[in-house]
Amino acid sequence: MSWYLSLPLILPFVTAIICYLLRDRAIGAWISVAGSALGLVAAGVLMALVLDHGVVAGQMGNWPAPFGITLVADLLSAVMVLITAITALAVAIYALSDVNARHGSLGYHALFQILIAGVTGAFLTGDLFNLYVWFEVMLIASFGLLIINGGKEQIDGGVKYVALNLVSTILFLMGIGLLYGQTGTLNMADLALKVQDVENQALLTVIAMMFMVAFGVKAAAFPVFFWLPAAYHTPSFSVSAVFAGLLTKVGVYALMRMFTLVFDHDIGYTHTILLWVACFTMVTGVLGAAAQSDFRKILSFHIISQIGYMILGLAIYTPLALVGAVFYLVHHIIVKANLFLIGGISQRLTGGSDVYKIGGLYKSSPFLAVLFLIPAFSLAGFPPLSGFWAKYVIVKASLDEGLWVVAFIALAVGLMTIYSMTKIWAEAFWKPHPDGIEPKLSALPGRAALLIPVIFLAVLTMVIGLMPDPFVEFATRSSVQLLDSTAYITAVLGEDAIAVPVPDLDDIPTTEILEVEQ
Amino acid sequence: MEPLLSILIGVLVAASVYLMLARNLMRFLFGLILLSNAANLAIFVSGRMTAGAPPLVPDGLDEPVGVVANALPQALVLTAIVIGFGLFAFALILAVRAYRSLGTLNTDEMRVAEPKEQG
Amino acid sequence: MKSIILIAGSRLLVALLVVFSAYMLLRGHNQPGGGFIGGLVAATGFVIFAIACGTEDARRALRFKPTDIAAVGLGMALFAGIMAAIWSDAFFTGQWLFINATPEDKGIPLSSVLIFDVGVFLVVLGSVLSIVFALEEEV
Repeated sequence: MSWYLSLPLILPFVTAIICYLLRDRAIGAWISVAGSALGLVAAGVLMALVLDHGVVAGQMGNWPAPFGITLVADLLSAVMVLITAITALAVAIYALSDVNARHGSLGYHALFQILIAGVTGAFLTGDLFNLYVWFEVMLIASFGLLIINGGKEQIDGGVKYVALNLVSTILFLMGIGLLYGQTGTLNMADLALKVQDVENQALLTVIAMMFMVAFGVKAAAFPVFFWLPAAYHTPSFSVSAVFAGLLTKVGVYALMRMFTLVFDHDIGYTHTILLWVACFTMVTGVLGAAAQSDFRKILSFHIISQIGYMILGLAIYTPLALVGAVFYLVHHIIVKANLFLIGGISQRLTGGSDVYKIGGLYKSSPFLAVLFLIPAFSLAGFPPLSGFWAKYVIVKASLDEGLWVVAFIALAVGLMTIYSMTKIWAEAFWKPHPDGIEPKLSALPGRAALLIPVIFLAVLTMVIGLMPDPFVEFATRSSVQLLDSTAYITAVLGEDAIAVPVPDLDDIPTTEILEVEQ
Repeated sequence: MEPLLSILIGVLVAASVYLMLARNLMRFLFGLILLSNAANLAIFVSGRMTAGAPPLVPDGLDEPVGVVANALPQALVLTAIVIGFGLFAFALILAVRAYRSLGTLNTDEMRVAEPKEQG
Repeated sequence: MKSIILIAGSRLLVALLVVFSAYMLLRGHNQPGGGFIGGLVAATGFVIFAIACGTEDARRALRFKPTDIAAVGLGMALFAGIMAAIWSDAFFTGQWLFINATPEDKGIPLSSVLIFDVGVFLVVLGSVLSIVFALEEEV
């Protein structure tokens, strides 16, 4: 079992090392593509395994849980790993054209693969401290990618990104320390059992809030999102696409994991705070986007507002709401990465990213316009695209709970999203280019590598939108798993962990746990 | 011992918050380093203190004799220190680069990526 | 900074530190030491060299690019983990080989853990030196 779980982690690392040693040759970029393709296969195999067997757990180095490092894949983890691999492959192909030889020889492809390894590790780990380590792997790689250009803008954005993310990881670390002091364990499944015995539940809530702030910074939730619009529009487009698609979602994933598995002792308090955080995140994000005119700045602010929807799904904390959150998470990664990739193509064609200073894309490159409309409409929530179903489920869940104000905010934010998308459409696509340039797609060098991932992701959006049933069913299954942690805990700790009515773990010899694992 | 260290953690956090509120990037980084030390100490104290009993296994035995200190928080702190060391070294280089290319360490003047509105 | 005393002293110190780092690396399994500490000690040696004779000479003395060393080290550490697959154990399970083992004595124990530690040694050496060289050349 353990190899199915570790392979999606090993492959990007191996690819990164080969890419780095061959960084001065053109083949490095192709190795990155090949490694990502293999990673996709490994993620697919893991997904199939999880669909068949339920939650899969493996102990690294054969040290039994809760002492060793555990890798766990439930449906949510598996789908996140799969979607990470899909995004990685799309961006790796895009990078063939987007990343020049100089960045390649500075180690772009190696850093990119390490970033993917960090993201995958964060999704797969079942150990809190290990999650911290993966966060750091991800951070270091993203720092490198962000400033690899070395221009003034990148350095400026990088400083803000680095500073605020470091604060969040230290908060996370402190939370880990306090939680360990209260429970004596860091294995997430074990934590889920042990937190019930903590005497001082109020202190546990304080620790939960520390985690909320730390993951909130990662997820770019209100009021700690400022680093995101400061940094995401500065690096090359392939970098910002992978950042936009994946990095904030790791924060959301960590929130979802911790606040369903471990911190569900005081839902009335923690999840109410999450609810208002979600509403403010949606509104501030969309208002920020309305004020911007740069292609990527608009999209960056939209990441924030969309993060709000996902946190909203978690905050309402009904089965249906979690279905919405999971669905939204998956849909948003595809759509947002795709929009950034399209932004990159449009900048190449028109020579700028300020939508007021470019134009004419619809007339000269209608194909690109169609490709833009699919993710843009999906983001705003037009039926029958994927975003519609995601928004529909979440709004329905909030109406079921009688949260009228929240449902209204969610719908209004959707409307405002259309406003921003229309602004991009009207300025960049519809109106003629102010300088009279005719941005023809057919004149773009290296366009195949740029267009294939965009088409691929757009088709994926269409498929999810037109055939939502299997995806909704999948999201339903994973939300059931999130709300009922029994499967997760028994997969990690063995069948006996919960079966005994009074938890007396000390009586079970460790050898027995070992046998169950094997 | 624990109360004393807890107070020390509090002092460290207070000092680091004071430093991080400064506009100077270097001061911010120093504050960050203090904060990370406070976090490491917090993990260390969480493992409970056992004075004078290093968790070492004597030669020829398979497990330590008697009560020894909790080794896990030490391992965690060591990992955290290593990672922190790498990150701060990177942040320091970034600060040097920022000073070279932007000509300032005042965070209020770092407006290249987010330029002020015209007019 | 060119100081004749430091240059003369560094010759002795660098050799001593690099040898000592190997000692730290090898004793690491059962006693305080190991790849990380060893790597830091070795890096200290080259840092002293860089301060005494300049980073250019230090880079030449190192022969390989520091980042390459780190990448190779990462590869070795990973290899030590993947090795477990040959014995169909879980990822990162330690594999042991006892040379000349008798029932009383374990002989010379060799393990995949040692390979991992050598990998860590190289990663630390490479990354610390690349950071220090970058800072030295920046100033």
